[in-house]
Amino acid sequence: MSHRLSGNEAVAYAMKQVNPDVMGAFPITPSTEIPEYFAEYVANGEVNTEFVAVESEHSSMSVCIAAQAAGARAISATSSCGLALMYELLYVAASCRLPITLACVNRALSGPININADHSDSMGARDSGWIQIYAENNQEAYDNFLMAMPIGEHPSVRLPVMTCMDGFITSHAVENIELLETDVVRRFVGEYKPEHYLLKKENPLAVGPYDVSAYYMEHKVMQAEAMKAAKARILEVAAEFAKISGRHYGLLEEYRMEDAQLALVLIGSTAGTAKAAVDRLREKGVKAGLVKVRVFRPFPGEELAQALAKTRAVAVMDKSESFSANGGPVFAETRSALYDLQERPYLINIVYGLGGRDVKVEDIEKVFGRLADIAATGEIGTVYTHMGHRSREEKV
Amino acid sequence: MIYAKDINEQTPWQDLTPGGEIYEPGTARAFNTGTWRTNTPVFHPEACKHCMLCVPFCPDSAIPVKDGKRLDFDYMHCKGCGICEEVCPFPAITMLTGGAAK
Repeated sequence: MSHRLSGNEAVAYAMKQVNPDVMGAFPITPSTEIPEYFAEYVANGEVNTEFVAVESEHSSMSVCIAAQAAGARAISATSSCGLALMYELLYVAASCRLPITLACVNRALSGPININADHSDSMGARDSGWIQIYAENNQEAYDNFLMAMPIGEHPSVRLPVMTCMDGFITSHAVENIELLETDVVRRFVGEYKPEHYLLKKENPLAVGPYDVSAYYMEHKVMQAEAMKAAKARILEVAAEFAKISGRHYGLLEEYRMEDAQLALVLIGSTAGTAKAAVDRLREKGVKAGLVKVRVFRPFPGEELAQALAKTRAVAVMDKSESFSANGGPVFAETRSALYDLQERPYLINIVYGLGGRDVKVEDIEKVFGRLADIAATGEIGTVYTHMGHRSREEKV
Repeated sequence: MIYAKDINEQTPWQDLTPGGEIYEPGTARAFNTGTWRTNTPVFHPEACKHCMLCVPFCPDSAIPVKDGKRLDFDYMHCKGCGICEEVCPFPAITMLTGGAAK
C-alpha cells in the first residue's frame, strides 16, 4: 500500500507492525518522534509492547539488554549524544550476543552542539559489535528496520542491529513509501525464540559473567566470527524480503557502475543527490558511477573492491570526521579493501556535510571534475580534504 | 548444552558458549579463587565453641558447616580478609601473613 510518511513515521510504523515486547527509549532530536509515535500506539492499545520511559539513554539501552536477556524482543531509538551515552551498553549488548534493534537517526555529536545530520554518532559506535545498516531514504529506513530482527536474531549471528538514517533529511522529510501489510510483516519477522533466556525456568542462566583473560579472547573471536557470518545472513534475509516487497537489497548498491571510470563511495541520503549528479554527467558522456555502502558493519570489503576494480579514480565521501588526520572511517575501510586488488584506482577522501552542511548536485559534480583531472593527469594532489566549508583557499 | 565442567582454559573458542553464558547455577564452587588470597586464616578446633559467628560474616562462604559444627576453611575460596578472626570471640582463628595455605 502506498503512503506518504516521514522517515521517523515509517520506522515507528515498522515497529508497530513488528509489535515488539519491550521498548526502552528516551527522547533526543531528531529521533524523538519515533518513541513519540510509538507511545501513541501503546496508549491506543495498537501494540502489546511494554514501553519503558527511562531517565537517560544509558538506561534505555540497559532496559533493552535486560529485556532481551529475559527472552523478550527489545527495541530503542536514539540520536547523537543519546547514542554516545549508550556507549558502554552498546558493547554489553553486542558481547552478550543480544539481538536488540536500535533505530539510529544520525545527527552530529557535540560539540559545538548541533542537531543536524552527519554520521559522527553511529561512526563512533562502529567498533561496538553492532551490525550497522544505513538507509538512503524513507523506504529503505522502513525496509531496513523490518529486516533487522531476522538478521540479528538468527542463531548464526546473534548480534544487535542498528538501522541508521540521516537526521532531518530522511527522518523528517515526507516521501512516498510502499508499506507492507501487517500480517505479511509479522510472518516475515516471525516470533523471537532464543534457545536460552532468563525467564526459561527449565534452565538457569547467567548472562554477562566476568571473563578472565583465559576466556575473553575466545569470546571476542566468537563475536568476530558472528559478524563475518552476518554477511551471508543479511543477503539471505534480503532475498526473502524481495519476495514479499519486490525490493532488492545487497550489502552495497552499485549505481551505473557497469563501465564507470570515475566513482564515488558514500553512505546514506547523499546517495540520492549523487545519483542525480551521476545521471547528469552520464548525459554528457562522462563514465560516472557510485557505490552506496548500505551495510557498514559487517564491512563488505571484498564486494567493494570488486565493484571498484575497473575504475580509474574514486572519491570516498565521509559524512563524519574521525580526526585521524588520515581521512574518515569510510575512507579507511575502502582503502584497506582495495589493497588486495592487483590494479588499484586512484583514491581520494572528501569529508563533507558535517552538522547538516548541505551538499548539492553541483557539489558532487565538482567532485567528479576533480576525479576526471586525477584520471587524466595521474596527479592525486591532497588525498584527504574537506568540502563545503568556507576557506581562503579555493578547492572542491 | 555446554556445562561449566566441560570447559577449561584449554577449550577452543568453537566449544565455548556465546557471550560466555552459563547454563547452570553455582559454578563459582568449581572455580579456584583461593589463589588470590593475601593472608591466611588458621583454624584451631580445640578453641572453637562452634558459636557460628564467623560463618555468616565470611564474604566468600569459605567456612563450611556440617552437623552444627564448623569445619576447616575452604582455602579454594578464602581470600584472607581476616573478618573471621575479628568476629571470633575465642582464640580459635589466627591469621598468617601471606596467601599460602598452612
